[in-house]
Amino acid sequence: MADEALFLLLHNEMVSGVYKSAEQGEVENGRCITKLENMGFRVGQGLIERFTKDTARFKDELDIMKFICKDFWTTVFKKQIDNLRTNHQGIYVLQDNKFRLLIQLSAGKQYLEHASKYLAFTCGLIRGGLSNLGIKSIVTAEVSSMPACKFQVMIQKL
Amino acid sequence: MSRQANRGTESKKMSSELFTLTYGALVTQLCKDYENDEDVNKQLDRMGYNIGVRLIEDFLARSNVGRCHDFRETADVIAKVAFKMYLGITPSITNWSPAGDEFSLILENNPLVDFVELPDNHSALIYSNLLCGVLRGALEMVQMAVEAKFVQDTLKGDGVTEIRMRFIRRIEDNLPAGEE
Repeated sequence: MADEALFLLLHNEMVSGVYKSAEQGEVENGRCITKLENMGFRVGQGLIERFTKDTARFKDELDIMKFICKDFWTTVFKKQIDNLRTNHQGIYVLQDNKFRLLIQLSAGKQYLEHASKYLAFTCGLIRGGLSNLGIKSIVTAEVSSMPACKFQVMIQKL
Repeated sequence: MSRQANRGTESKKMSSELFTLTYGALVTQLCKDYENDEDVNKQLDRMGYNIGVRLIEDFLARSNVGRCHDFRETADVIAKVAFKMYLGITPSITNWSPAGDEFSLILENNPLVDFVELPDNHSALIYSNLLCGVLRGALEMVQMAVEAKFVQDTLKGDGVTEIRMRFIRRIEDNLPAGEE
């Protein structure tokens, strides 16, 4: 799909644009991550509304997470999440072994430290989608070797 | 179940909505980051340029378009192949200048503005200005310096959205374009 190419280029340019206008340092890096995450949050909210307007009501929390891992992920990233694990106490780990926003980056260790820049938007996307399905969460991401990525979703009880 | 039935037909539409919503989030963020609309417009054009210089590679890889022999042929390719491929629309080509170096693209609908209304305090914002940068960047990579700008916009109450394209010159040197 050609429009996928547009989204990938736009996402990369957003990351580049946010960092270009920032200074060096830990605090500034955190601010950039937050900015990208907030953008993703807003998109996730809008997208999940569009996506679920004709679907049946979800049974429970796990049903929602499965929807995110299958339908939502396939639409946005063109494949399903490879593995979903949970402790049944509100923590879910989503493993994507070939994460779409990382596969164009070098697979070596050289650029591993930059991976978090390309994950922040997606963390926001997940959190925003869950938010509009009634789940408040904290989403973090971790890469130990490219292009595999783990998203940890910690659901917050209201 | 109904969820299953949606998957095939909705998936394509969802992809373009992902782009539209992401673009909206970007414009929103730029409006927060910059103090005035002119600066936002410049930044959108700049980001579009950087996307355009890369998008042209994707375009040439996907399409079977060969070398364009004149600006009229370029206009046809932009409207009938490129816009169709990436945005799912086919703008009309109109308002050619007598010298054949200027034309307008008329967008009957613009997918970038599907969920958008402009508030009063952003009257100078050219919301879809990324497109002008994309066109400029892409054409520069195939040795054409052009100017692209919005002259009509439905977001501002105009009947149609119009991008005016002007050929400036053929670029002779073959060095790759740098990022702005």
